[in-house]
Amino acid sequence: MRRFTHLFISLDETNKTNDKLAALSDYFKAAPPRDAAWAVTYLTGKRPRSPVNAGQVRSWVQEAAHIPEWLFTESYSGVGDLAETVSLLLPDPGKGSALSLSDWIEKRLLSLAGEADEEVKKQTLLGWWSELDRPGRFVLTKLLTGAWRVGVSQRLVTRALAQSLGIQGDVIAHRLMGGWQPDDSFYTMLSSADTSDADISKPYPFYLAYPLDQKPIALGDIEDWLTEWKWDGIRGQVIKRQGQVSIWSRGEELVTARFPEIEQAAAQCADGTVIDGEILAWSTEQDSVMPFGHLQRRIGRKTVGKKLLREVPVTLMAYDLLEHRGEDIRELPLEERRARLEKLINTESDAPTLKISPLVAAENWQALENLRQESRQLHLEGFVLKHRRSPYGVGRKRGDWWKWKVEPYSVDGVLLYAQRGSGRRASLYTDYTFGIWRDGKLVPFAKAYSGLNDAEIREVDRFVRRNTVEKFGPVRSVPPELVMELHFEGIRRSTRHKSGLAVRFPRIARWRRDKSPDQADTIETIMALLPASERNR
Amino acid sequence: MSEPVLHVDEKGLYCSAGDFHIDPWRPVERAVITHAHGDHARPGSNSYLCAEPGRLPLVLRVGDKVQTLAYGQQLKINDALVSLHPAGHVLGSAQVRVEVDGDVWVVSGDYKREQDPTCDPFEIVPCRVFITESTFGLPVYRWDPPTAVMKEIVDWWLSNAEAGRPSILLSYVMGKTQRIMASLASLTDCHGRLFAHGALQQMNEAYRASSVYLPEAPNPLDMGDGHDFSKALIMAPPSVAGTSWMQRFIGGVSGRASGWMRIRGRRRRLALDRGFVLSDHADWPALLRTIFETNAERVLVTHGSSEVLARYLSERGVASEPLEVNRWGEQEEQQ
Repeated sequence: MRRFTHLFISLDETNKTNDKLAALSDYFKAAPPRDAAWAVTYLTGKRPRSPVNAGQVRSWVQEAAHIPEWLFTESYSGVGDLAETVSLLLPDPGKGSALSLSDWIEKRLLSLAGEADEEVKKQTLLGWWSELDRPGRFVLTKLLTGAWRVGVSQRLVTRALAQSLGIQGDVIAHRLMGGWQPDDSFYTMLSSADTSDADISKPYPFYLAYPLDQKPIALGDIEDWLTEWKWDGIRGQVIKRQGQVSIWSRGEELVTARFPEIEQAAAQCADGTVIDGEILAWSTEQDSVMPFGHLQRRIGRKTVGKKLLREVPVTLMAYDLLEHRGEDIRELPLEERRARLEKLINTESDAPTLKISPLVAAENWQALENLRQESRQLHLEGFVLKHRRSPYGVGRKRGDWWKWKVEPYSVDGVLLYAQRGSGRRASLYTDYTFGIWRDGKLVPFAKAYSGLNDAEIREVDRFVRRNTVEKFGPVRSVPPELVMELHFEGIRRSTRHKSGLAVRFPRIARWRRDKSPDQADTIETIMALLPASERNR
Repeated sequence: MSEPVLHVDEKGLYCSAGDFHIDPWRPVERAVITHAHGDHARPGSNSYLCAEPGRLPLVLRVGDKVQTLAYGQQLKINDALVSLHPAGHVLGSAQVRVEVDGDVWVVSGDYKREQDPTCDPFEIVPCRVFITESTFGLPVYRWDPPTAVMKEIVDWWLSNAEAGRPSILLSYVMGKTQRIMASLASLTDCHGRLFAHGALQQMNEAYRASSVYLPEAPNPLDMGDGHDFSKALIMAPPSVAGTSWMQRFIGGVSGRASGWMRIRGRRRRLALDRGFVLSDHADWPALLRTIFETNAERVLVTHGSSEVLARYLSERGVASEPLEVNRWGEQEEQQ
């Protein structure tokens, strides 16, 4: 635990990526494989189910620190991180623990998960805390409750492992993806020279398109590019090997059981087939994609009932073939892979659940630009442009694949409420609720947490502190003075929101200092953004 | 009921019996100053009164219209009896005791209870009404012993020096900087390795002229081109963060000494390499201990988490309420 705590502190104390890389690499060189495997499991956010929940942690800490609940809440709001609040509030730090990370997890955390008696859990956890020093308490509570926020990505962990083991990064990335267990064979598994890994469900790392930050004309001749619609669903990889189908989401989660329609359709493909595509909610009557909100109903569940299967059928919009007849074909040019994909889908599987993402034909970039404007009405997000001869790479790289998204929706809202943020925005008022006009009154419309720069955040923070009208727990209301332009990706009706509308991915585009609150948008103008089918209800 | 000894008017905390203000934020006729930090000592008033050891720093801030009182010495100002008592915050910092018709009020100013080689230690002054600061008025703020933090700073400096990297330590111009420098002198040999940004030189001189021992710390810009700073510790004000001044120390590592460094999020927001939790303010336990030791029957809370501390005290049976002495209602986040 000491070594891992030290790693955490080193990662936390620097904001230089190279120092983080060095800290991770040093850790992997020194730590036994079992510890390293657990470290990777937690750092990449795949922790096992926690034996305690955040509510229990909060109430036990209040008791141990002899403070009332409201004071815990004030403290948490000032610190912005639960585990850190816990480590700062608990009295009398101990000396630290010599037990290894894997012993902590396997012998303590995992065994506590089987404990039914809450009092036993509480006493056990209090005992652990009293054993540990302040950083140790912080790390233990992080193991129990959540997100690390030390600026370590899956990619950085992969690079550090590659560096310390002397193995190529993409091999590590591939091997980190599938279903390995944290045990003594971790390094052996990662550094095996035989790359034909036995695990039949193992996916390939996803290749991601880079946002287009220039005019498409800069990409050269349109004839060199294959254009597809950018579908608004879940990126998925469908694998059929040795008679078994596996479906992986981009979050590296095995989601086979959630999409039985796709599983059945893919079962008809030959062994040794890996397809990359987009999982979409698809209306069979209208033969078109349904808004993303419908698909969300399918995402939240591990298994799906008949009713939901009927109401929200899914389909796989296939756009690439990574493995064909058992052969890794990622190095072949895209047009060759696509030709094979078309042939495969047209001959091997007759299920309508497998579709091919159609190519969008346009004579020149201007014609394509005109088509892009239609995306919204089709529930699409724009285009993906892929070079004809591109191989299927790893991760997000500039050059071969670009996403050319449609302009977001835009609305001017007025700041109504603010709450303090977390992580590096701890104690600053950074989480805002914006209102729009309805019948001469401002009604809350959307929450947005991102988009302002540090200087602007400070300015708004100062405004909130100086002008607070009312406090509702951690939330403060302010006079309606600041106008911000909000961008978002989707809009639908909602009975759960005061304005009757819910938006997707709202964020702040810019501070409209040039506008006064009465120039903010009204509910009528926003209603007009709803898809035609939802407008008159 | 007669008029309270002190109340807030549009210029600050006012004593009508004595016709003076304490730490006013606008120019007044007569200002009693707890200490020479910018948010307590503002220029423009006609006369100033402060504790004797704080004279030189205050003169730097407001000019020479400064009168002084020795700690504990009493002065009759109109119908009020005024005395100043050590607050342990910075050189010359004082609590202001005001007695009117036998009713005793004490204004704490900013204070800490720990040892500080640059100023007199805090003294408990019994009173009926205690006006306390609450900068760190949350139970998450608890300081480690200053000796332990100073050791962290020295270890950090030495390991940077070993790696050939200049250490740049950011701290307040008045108080924290000199406290660190004075503490360093007793822990390690600073000769030829300790420097101070030009903006700190004047205050360092004011401290030395007030008989506080500080190790020698020249301005790095006076060292000539090509001077090797790879083993140096350079003290600097927080305002240099991210400026070109920092870039001249190639491979430099930056740290910040402040109570706010207790919180990771704040530390990371400043994009520094290292935070040292070293404060000149009372932490949560010290606030509570001090309040109980004054035996005050009523506690007014200012500067910081006033509502939180006042509510907590009320629940513990101490009559308490927030006193907003800042005209903005609440202080901004300090950096």
